[in-house]
Amino acid sequence: MAKMQLRLTVNGEAAELLVEPRELLVYVLRERLGLTGPHVGCDTSHCGACTVDMDGRSVKSCTVFAAQADGADVTTIEGLGAPGGLSVLQQAFREHHGLQCGFCTPGMITRAHRFLQENPNPSEEEVRFGMAGNLCRCTGYQNIVKAIMAAAAELNAVREAAE
Amino acid sequence: MNEMAPISREERVEKLKGLGCSRKRVEDVRFTQGKGNYVDDLKLPGMLHGDFVRSPYAHARVKSVDKSAALALPGVVAVLTAEDLAPLNLHWMPTLAGDKQMVLADGKVLFQGQEVAFVVASDRYVAADAVDLVVVDYEELPVVTDPFKALQPDAPVLREDLQGRTSGAHGDRRHHNHIFLWEAGDKAATDEVIASADVVAEEMVYYHRTHPCPLETCGCVASMDTVNGKLTVHGTFQAPHVVRTVASLLSGIEEHKIRVISPDIGGGFGNKVGVYPGYVCSIVASIVTGRPVKWIEDRMENLTATAFARDYWMKGKIAATKDGRITGLSCHVTADHGAFDACADPSKFPAGFFHICTGSYDIPVAHVGVDGVYTNKAPGGVAYRCSFRVTEAAYFIERMIEVLAIELGMDAAELRAKNFIRKEQFPYHSALGWEYDSGDYHTAWDKALKAVGYADLRKEQAERVEAFRRGETRKLIGIGLTHFTEIVGAGPVKNCDILGMGMFDSCEIRIHPTGSAVARLGTISQGQGHATTFAQILASEIGLPADSITVEEGDTDTAPYGLGTYGSRSTPVAGAATAMAGRKIRAKAQMIAAYLLEVHDGDLEWDVDRFVVKGAPERFKTMKEIAFASYNQAIPGVEPGLEAVSYYDPPNMTYPFGAYVCVMEIDVDTGVHEIRQFYALDDCGTRINPMVIEGQVHGGLTEALAIAMGQEIAYDEIGNVKTGTLMDFFLPTAWETPHYTTDFTETPSPHHPIGAKGVGESPNVGGVPAFSNAVHDAFRPFGLRQSHMPHDHWRIWKIARDLGLHG
Ligand code: FES
Ligand code: FES
Repeated sequence: MAKMQLRLTVNGEAAELLVEPRELLVYVLRERLGLTGPHVGCDTSHCGACTVDMDGRSVKSCTVFAAQADGADVTTIEGLGAPGGLSVLQQAFREHHGLQCGFCTPGMITRAHRFLQENPNPSEEEVRFGMAGNLCRCTGYQNIVKAIMAAAAELNAVREAAE
Repeated sequence: MNEMAPISREERVEKLKGLGCSRKRVEDVRFTQGKGNYVDDLKLPGMLHGDFVRSPYAHARVKSVDKSAALALPGVVAVLTAEDLAPLNLHWMPTLAGDKQMVLADGKVLFQGQEVAFVVASDRYVAADAVDLVVVDYEELPVVTDPFKALQPDAPVLREDLQGRTSGAHGDRRHHNHIFLWEAGDKAATDEVIASADVVAEEMVYYHRTHPCPLETCGCVASMDTVNGKLTVHGTFQAPHVVRTVASLLSGIEEHKIRVISPDIGGGFGNKVGVYPGYVCSIVASIVTGRPVKWIEDRMENLTATAFARDYWMKGKIAATKDGRITGLSCHVTADHGAFDACADPSKFPAGFFHICTGSYDIPVAHVGVDGVYTNKAPGGVAYRCSFRVTEAAYFIERMIEVLAIELGMDAAELRAKNFIRKEQFPYHSALGWEYDSGDYHTAWDKALKAVGYADLRKEQAERVEAFRRGETRKLIGIGLTHFTEIVGAGPVKNCDILGMGMFDSCEIRIHPTGSAVARLGTISQGQGHATTFAQILASEIGLPADSITVEEGDTDTAPYGLGTYGSRSTPVAGAATAMAGRKIRAKAQMIAAYLLEVHDGDLEWDVDRFVVKGAPERFKTMKEIAFASYNQAIPGVEPGLEAVSYYDPPNMTYPFGAYVCVMEIDVDTGVHEIRQFYALDDCGTRINPMVIEGQVHGGLTEALAIAMGQEIAYDEIGNVKTGTLMDFFLPTAWETPHYTTDFTETPSPHHPIGAKGVGESPNVGGVPAFSNAVHDAFRPFGLRQSHMPHDHWRIWKIARDLGLHG
């Protein structure tokens, strides 16, 4: 199959590579760029394990062709840490036991990261609705919701202190 | 040499982060950063990719397979069929249940999605293209997906390879699609009690076919090193040592030349216990090509071909006196095992531990018979987040109790309390042959009913029914009750084995000179947090901080032999092995301390993290000091070093239990339900890490919610899987999942070294009947006795319609 030149920014770094246009973004990230944080859990865009941030929106990278990502600015879980450690969200997931097997976790945290920018002050119900595109088989969500609420509170406190 | 600033005993205990503390998980640091190491993350030089050609038919003869077009595609390295595997005798493989299973279709296919050919190519896209180019000529055969029809005299013959065989691994076969009849209890006595009872309730209870569906599917990377003759297999294995033994037996490669590694596993829930054709084909392909071969299922392959669970038709009769004293129980199960009997049960138990189905009740006589049947459905029969067939048993008895309550016109909570095994009856011998180790059911039950305000709930429910009858509301309230007893921790080697391997488990500990340690176990975590909790058990046993103890699992070259993680056996068996190995360390440490302190062994006592001279608390040696001494002092009569290994064969299973209450609102016109309250009290004996236990309960309840309220593997008449993607196979989102309230009582297991019983599966076992009973209970005032799961909106709507509630 004819290849195409793909240029995109991933976690702040420019990447340029030759790909088949049919390749999925998740495949490019995992297989070509070695970013194995985004996972594949389904074939039908349901599970959200592959969630990444693309041009300021959460996308399921299993449902984006590489060709569609040309010129995009992509952030994966690997780009969401804090310098030298865990980000507020990552820390909150650990603190509140928001993960077990960890397979959904990169997608979960990447989605939560975007969600808290869309809605910095969510109610528990809004968290549950805003995270409904990400499935978890282990935790029953209760502690994920708790972690996101805690992270929201902490991020808001930091923001207020800065203002 | 003693520590500088003296710290209090409490501080020393706290520092250990041992038993009973909610230690944060060590695993999370890498998982939250996307730095987990799952099998599909592995990339080896020169690695090829395998993909299956699968049957679109549920039953067909395979007349020919033409691989020429596929082989002509650039990038395709090989296409394997049964013919290629036959010379190696690998076209069939033994199952864990004493049957055998086709690795690749040998002359015919028996279920939709069955593996027909294995394509090996340079990358996944090429492999998928090549799968499309393999041309298979099928001749369709009559299909049977109903186990009752499969047993009719004129039913199509499914397993031609077994024709004429009148007995199998578990006794006589009475029909060409019959696998076994397995029985427990006293049939004659039970029949007699039922025939002469005041009251008998009879019901067919169906626990539908479903699937564990962990978020990560199954997969492996097989890599044959042709230079030194060593085979390494990385894969999603819940039992890596068993996989090594099976791989050796099948391939003829000596076991020391095989290394099996389970990396991080993205959930298992029973799906990853079995040995699948993908593993065998990858190994063969790697041996043939001399290159590593990766095989990863996609979700549809996962749901249609590997490891279904349940599919039990349970016909029950329960007898009682007029005032509600249960006198006998019988159950006959028609068990749909699919095309091959690949159930993952201990060898001597083809129906698992289903005969725990007398549940929490003191039932004097009982009998169980289970008929295993072949159908044109996928093989499996795994323990989906439960011990072997225990969730089926719990669902059965908890439905039968409800039906009996209806028959007696009695409150179902009261009926349960009346029949619970009493505290003073433990250890209790059940009519079906188990010895329940411990329990205190009445205390748990009373606590649960009080917590939810049971009497008030019943009052509210009655008022709602009245309002409904007056036409003032269209919503009903259901109160779902469950008191379950689990049986986990298989098991005593004398009666539990898998493929002849006794179901012990193991732990090996090495203490390093500076007072840190590594512990290796025969189990493997799939999210349960073993690296965190086993370090806690050990911290309390040997007095070194959990943070200084690394726990390793899943590499057969380094870990001691163990039977793996499923059936909630890690805590009861490997947890016990850990404690026992820790005690061996401590025993040797005591000798060293005695030498250092120049006293007799018996003059010392253990205190948190040190040995102290009795009556002289200022004279002590900490475990850290002892560790160093064990490597740098020549102690007469004591070998240098500080290591221990324990292989633990449990004397009995453990019997966790719990009391759950679910309060549900149901819209009669739409079938939509809303869970208003869910209260879960678990008694799992000694609690190692409350935070982890609570997380396990939340997760298990959510799986129970899925199973009870919508999740199923459904087939149509001609054997098409109707629920092969997450579009149709229900996994609840955060939005559909309720908030849970957890609670506990603590009745330690008397025979476990630290009294722990295991918890991971209880919420699934207890949760399913709690949700289902809530639905039934809502309609009880209108005459509903039994309606099969899953209770999706459509089926609830149908209940209301059939009861004439739509007016
Ligand atoms: S892999 Fe499931 S949504 Fe992308
Ligand atoms: S932690 Fe296992 S799927 Fe979410």
